[in-house]
Parts: sequence; C-alpha cells; structure tokens
Amino acid sequence: MADTPNVDSLINTLGQQLSTYLSAQNITNPLMIGIHTGGAWVAEKLHNQLQLSQPLGTLNISFYRDDFTSIGLHPQVKPSELPASVENQDIILVDDVLHTGRTIRAALNEVFDYGRPQSVTLAVLIERDHRELPICAQVVGQRLTLNPGENIKLTQQNNQLRLVTLKRA
Amino acid sequence: MERSALFQRQLQLTPNGQLRHFLDVEGLPKTLLTQILDTAESFSSVANQNVKKVPILRGKTIINLFFEASTRTRTTFELAAKRLSADVLNMNISTSATKKGESLLDTLHNLEAMHCDMFVVRHAMSGAAHFFAQHVAPHISVLNAGDGQHAHPTQAMLDAFTIRQVKGSFDGLTIAIVGDIYHSRVARSQIHAFKTLGAKEVRVVGPRTLIPQHIASLGVTAFHQLEPGIADADVVIMLRLQKERMSSALLPSEEEYFRLYGLTMDKLKAAKPNVTVMHPGPINRGVEMDSEVADGAHSVILQQVTNGIAVRMAVMSLAMQSGQSPELKG
Repeated sequence: MADTPNVDSLINTLGQQLSTYLSAQNITNPLMIGIHTGGAWVAEKLHNQLQLSQPLGTLNISFYRDDFTSIGLHPQVKPSELPASVENQDIILVDDVLHTGRTIRAALNEVFDYGRPQSVTLAVLIERDHRELPICAQVVGQRLTLNPGENIKLTQQNNQLRLVTLKRA
Repeated sequence: MERSALFQRQLQLTPNGQLRHFLDVEGLPKTLLTQILDTAESFSSVANQNVKKVPILRGKTIINLFFEASTRTRTTFELAAKRLSADVLNMNISTSATKKGESLLDTLHNLEAMHCDMFVVRHAMSGAAHFFAQHVAPHISVLNAGDGQHAHPTQAMLDAFTIRQVKGSFDGLTIAIVGDIYHSRVARSQIHAFKTLGAKEVRVVGPRTLIPQHIASLGVTAFHQLEPGIADADVVIMLRLQKERMSSALLPSEEEYFRLYGLTMDKLKAAKPNVTVMHPGPINRGVEMDSEVADGAHSVILQQVTNGIAVRMAVMSLAMQSGQSPELKG
C-alpha cells in the first residue's frame, strides 16, 4: 500500500504549479470549476490560494456518466453551480483523483453544454495509473502507481481532508 | 402497515427498494420521497445550461398515453423526457385505435411491441395506471400522470418540492388544502406526501358536499369554513373546482362558492404573515382565488410549474435506473 501524502501540503504544491502553468500560458482571469465531491473540496482551497477573482464553480457530473444503466444515479450530490457563462472562458477543471478518465470525459461534456470555453486546463491532486481514455492532466499534485485492486480517494472529516487507500476484496 | 399501503409498495418498488413504477405516494417510505426531492434538486440546474439536456436516458423511448385532456402535465412530462435525452411519443388516445374498438390491454401490448421503456399514463378511471403496471413487460416502467379521483403523485411531489424550496423543511409546518377535496386526486396524493415527509398538521377545508366523509382516516382535520381552516397556516393550497366531474348539484353557484371559500388578500390575513399560496392549475380566477392573491407576493404558482419539470425528470430517471448504489471512481 502506498504512503498517503499530507493533503494540505499537496494542495499547496499543486497551487504553486498551477500558478506557474497559468502564467506560462498567459491565462490571467480563469474560471475554476471543482468536480463534486472531492474535486470541489480541492478547488475551494486552490481558489483561495490563487486568489482568483471569478467565483468558484462546481460540477455534478452524475447525469453525464457512462454507467447509468449499470449502476444508476449517485445519491445526494449537489446540483452544478456555474457562476458565469463559460463562453470564451479559460477554465480550470479540478478533481481529486485522475484514474480511468471517465469522470473528466463526463465533465467536459457537461461544460460544453453550458457554452464554448476558450480553453480547459485539468488540475488533479493525484494522478494514478490505469487510464481507460486518452485524457491527461496538465497540472498534477502527485503521481502514484497502485497495486491492482487498490483505490485512492479523498475524504473529509471534521473539516480535515485525508487521502485513504482502499483495497477491494 | 395497512393492506392497501403494502400493496402499493410491493407494486411500485423492486425487491431491493428501488422505484420501478410511480403510481401513488401511498405506501412509499420517507427515504424514497426524499430521494426524489434530492434528485430533482440536482436536475434543477439543467435549466441554466445553454443546451438544456443531459444524456442519461439517451436511447430510451417514453410514451405519453393521455386518455384525458391535459396541458401542463403532458407538456412538462414531455419536456422532462426530452431534457433527459429520451425519445418521447405523445399518443392522443381519443383519435386512436381505442376509438376503433381495441381494448386497453391490446393497445398496451401493441405499444410494448414497439420496444418502448416507459409509459406515462393519464386516465379518467381510477386505477388505470395500476392496471398498466400489473400487465406490462418486466423492463417497462409506468408513471401515473393522474387516474380518475385516485392519485396524481408527480403533482404532489412537485408541490412537496416547492414547499421544501420555500420553507426549508416540513418540520412544524401546518398545511391547509382548500376546495374540492372530493374530486381531487391531487389532494389525496398531497395528504400522503406531506404526512410522510413530516408536516405537523395537514387540514382540508371546503363545503361538506366536497369533502369525503371519512377523510379523517387519512390523518387530516376537516374544516368547513375558510378562515378557521387557514388560521396560522404556513402553506395554503387552493384546488380547482372540478366541474367536469360533478354529476349532481353540489354547489349553489360559483359566486357563492367564491364568497365563502374564495381566497382574497383580506381572508389570507388569517394565515401566518409569511404564508405560501399554491394552486396546481388551471386556476379559475374569481372562483378559487382573487387575481390579487394569484399574482401576489405569497403566490408560488409559476414556481410550481417550473419545478414540475425537475421533479418529473427525477422520477423518470429513478424509475429507469437499475442495479445498486454506484461507487464513483475517477
């Protein structure tokens, strides 16, 4: 089992790298969107750290997932809230863990149903192995290789974010 | 649990408790009603999208079977299906094969043969949607869009959604349902929904001729005068006089009904100052309520129509989902 890194310092590193990336791309006024639920937690902290002027958006991708017929709806996820039009915006999509890539595929489809952005940057706290789609992140907190059957997810307890690894039986 | 409630639950839920058909609120547990409201809340943001559509029911075929006239209910069911990316077909039964002598069961089997996934049924006979649910193929879901004087569960859920949106929760709420309770399938479904969701008190208000005799068995209090009936109420729901269902002289005249039971700004003062006024539509202005009330600050009548779409999206997608609770991996 991999060591579980300290989340706060990891988000801090991610924020610094994101800042460097944005200046290199000449992106000055991005619209940050966190994917429910873990991505929204990370995005909230990044949004503070980078002091972005546009309000933070959140995305609930339940209705865009590709596995609705096999596993149904995810219960009790808050609705999507995008503060401004995404038309011609430079978007930063934030998620906790990039694994298969299917969540990001669903998120991109949803964002495009709100309008046509100028660009989309993907920032993730953890990038792990085993992609199933041609999707990659531009900014990554930490890269991990996990054993088969192992999963990593972000949890929140008493306002503290923690990464936990789960082994499937 | 009462026998009728148990029957309703068994017919509507899968063995693991998921919604299969939505025919009546009676017999459904609070957790399921709350799940419908929460899911509807998630869907409410779809209306803000440029492309007002989500792909989850892509490839599903939904047939609106309306044996009885409807504008709001049929169009919001149609819009809900389209916003879920389903293909939707509106069958106007009065101009179809039933006129040529085909039985209801034969119509049903013919539609099944077209590989559809869901029927939305409105019928003037109580129990029509239940009849469909008992005879459809196992993969098909049936939603009740109003059957006779029996039930109109999606209307009750959209009213519950609107109340939760405005008041935050059902805790401590006093809700008065005013008017033609006798002919109202909406009132029956609302009573079951509001009681299950935890309202403090549900009242029915109307003339003796329009209130069923044994209504107290549903756990509500009956009032025959408007002002005591809405005294200190948090929510007042006005129902339409269903003249088309009245076979005998139940009322002297509409003018007298309005004088005794019509809601005016003055009479509304009996309720709480922040009272919410609702009406499932269509409104007879000057019969059930004054225009001043219908268009006033307490009224959420148009909000009810908007919410109807999100609630029907929720019920359709919950009935179409199968399998167990998903585990997100990303």
